[in-house]
Amino acid sequence: MDYLLNEQQLMIKELCRKIAREKIAPVAAHYDEANEFAWDIVKVMAESDIMGIYIPEQYGGLGGGVMELAVATEELSWGCGGISLGFAATGLGTFPIILFGNEQQKAKYLPDIASGKKLAAFCLTEAEAGSDAGGIKTTARKEGDYYVLNGTKQWITNGGEAETYTVVAMTDKNKGARGASCFIVEKGYKGISFGKKENKMGIRSSATREVIFTDCKVPKENLLGKEGLGFIVAMRTFDYSRPGVAAQGLGIAQRALDEAIKYSRQRKQFGHSISSFQGIQFMLADMGMAVEASRALIYSAARMIDSGAKDISRASAMSKCFASDTAMRVTTDAVQILGGYGYMKEYPVEKLMRDAKITQIYEGTNQIQRGVIASSLIKESMA
Amino acid sequence: MKIVVLIKQVPDTTDVKIDPVTNTLKREGVKSVINPFDMYAIEEAVRIKERVGEGEVVVISMGPPQAQEAIREAISLGCDRGILLSDRKFAGSDTWATSYTISQAIRKVGDFKVILCGKQASDGDTAQVGPGVSTHLDIPQVTYVKKIDKIDKTVAVVHRMTEEGYDIVETPLPVVLTVVKEINEPRMPSLKGKMKAKSAQIPVWTADDIACEPDKVGLDGSPTRVMKVFTPPPRGGGQMLKGETEDVSSKLADIIKSVIIG
Repeated sequence: MDYLLNEQQLMIKELCRKIAREKIAPVAAHYDEANEFAWDIVKVMAESDIMGIYIPEQYGGLGGGVMELAVATEELSWGCGGISLGFAATGLGTFPIILFGNEQQKAKYLPDIASGKKLAAFCLTEAEAGSDAGGIKTTARKEGDYYVLNGTKQWITNGGEAETYTVVAMTDKNKGARGASCFIVEKGYKGISFGKKENKMGIRSSATREVIFTDCKVPKENLLGKEGLGFIVAMRTFDYSRPGVAAQGLGIAQRALDEAIKYSRQRKQFGHSISSFQGIQFMLADMGMAVEASRALIYSAARMIDSGAKDISRASAMSKCFASDTAMRVTTDAVQILGGYGYMKEYPVEKLMRDAKITQIYEGTNQIQRGVIASSLIKESMA
Repeated sequence: MKIVVLIKQVPDTTDVKIDPVTNTLKREGVKSVINPFDMYAIEEAVRIKERVGEGEVVVISMGPPQAQEAIREAISLGCDRGILLSDRKFAGSDTWATSYTISQAIRKVGDFKVILCGKQASDGDTAQVGPGVSTHLDIPQVTYVKKIDKIDKTVAVVHRMTEEGYDIVETPLPVVLTVVKEINEPRMPSLKGKMKAKSAQIPVWTADDIACEPDKVGLDGSPTRVMKVFTPPPRGGGQMLKGETEDVSSKLADIIKSVIIG
């Protein structure tokens, strides 16, 4: 299918594909096994100008948007859905600054992220605050020219590796969701520390850690927007970042489809390639349709967001939910087509299945996405 | 500091087609890439510029108009500008005529300090153009360079790979260096580089532009005549001697004798 990408988007796609095939795929199994962050690949992405594609030009980026982020994430995730997060989760941590930062904040933080010198991370989830972000316990107490942060954020992607953290904390506990605020916190600040590296099922080459704030003094000029805007920042950020998760799932699913087709042509049973059997063909056809439908939905959602449209939550949630469910189903089918080989670590598809699972969970579970979609549909029907 | 990189566009396939009449490579209609060894020369040129902290990397290629694509790729990998040497008069050049033509272009570029190229091209495999250029320009050459220890505007210290190890060579600049793949790991193109490459103007220089003497270029300027191109017969398989050491060694001695004495 031709999605009529513009020249710059085609360039991004082609370059990220090259990086995924030549640099990422050959080392993906190693980093997965070692549970290690792939700094050498992040360096390649930085030198290739990938890290700043969605950041405005005046801050050293390429001036693209969610579409560019999605195209790149899709291609990089084909190589490894964990390694691609060095790029994609930095996008998640950066959107609060792009969307809500003032001129000084953007000028101070975006150029180093655009150049790939620094990674970013978004800190929302806590032990008791997942889908219910209202349960956040981390506090930000105003003291003179500073806010003093206390609390522990959990499962933070790029935790410890990133230099720039966007953190949601309660400035007024009595106000519930309206009492949350978002801050830019630098790794170098006193009072920020990191918990143990999590031992995960998939995306093992991405860093996932606790980020702990102990009387961490954050200059008051690092408040994003105003006090009380924290949830709006978080929800708006997710609207922009979810197509990225969707694209991560898409890249993983495309790889699974490619591996399944390749294997089914090579594998002979009953004297024929198994690709000649209708049972396998129907599976491949269903996988191919689902992957293409994901891509169409993601690109449409991304373009809608970049157009400046207002009600983007539904499209964003649809792309994330559909593409991640597709990723789980397609990777599971790929393992099935490869049979016993698919279950073995010598072949790449078992990793794809493990990597796919997280896309149904993070940045809002797919149940939360369905909630967003349904309430948007119902609200529209009442208007 | 001006650095010149010489690159050649070569067919991206092992199944190279030969013109049955002229016995030369058929280049049209075959997917082309930059000669793999030249990729290391491009990377090293960009690294020298980064190391010295200033300068310009000029890439030169000689070939048909489509060789522009190779030059654009080199620009996307960090070269500053490119020049294509293309003229019907260049057709049929052997390594002598090619290195003469390229040296004329380098003279026109002027003020060069380092000329880099791959140790050989993957199609012709002659490894003669780099040394030929140095001869025509009457400047030193170091071939099979695997490391540049030191380089400034007047002198370079390089490691030249040999069969046993390496030599350390100090050379004044300007110099021609041909590089081996051990020298670096070429980087990926960058988006900004690709955009620059897309819009880059690549001048085409003809024989007249670079003041070539007519009898020194193309088929007429080429003393080499290709008589025949053929695939060498495969080497015969080895023979394994098995058994007790004593038996094996006496058998081996017999074989050696029969080979030497006949």
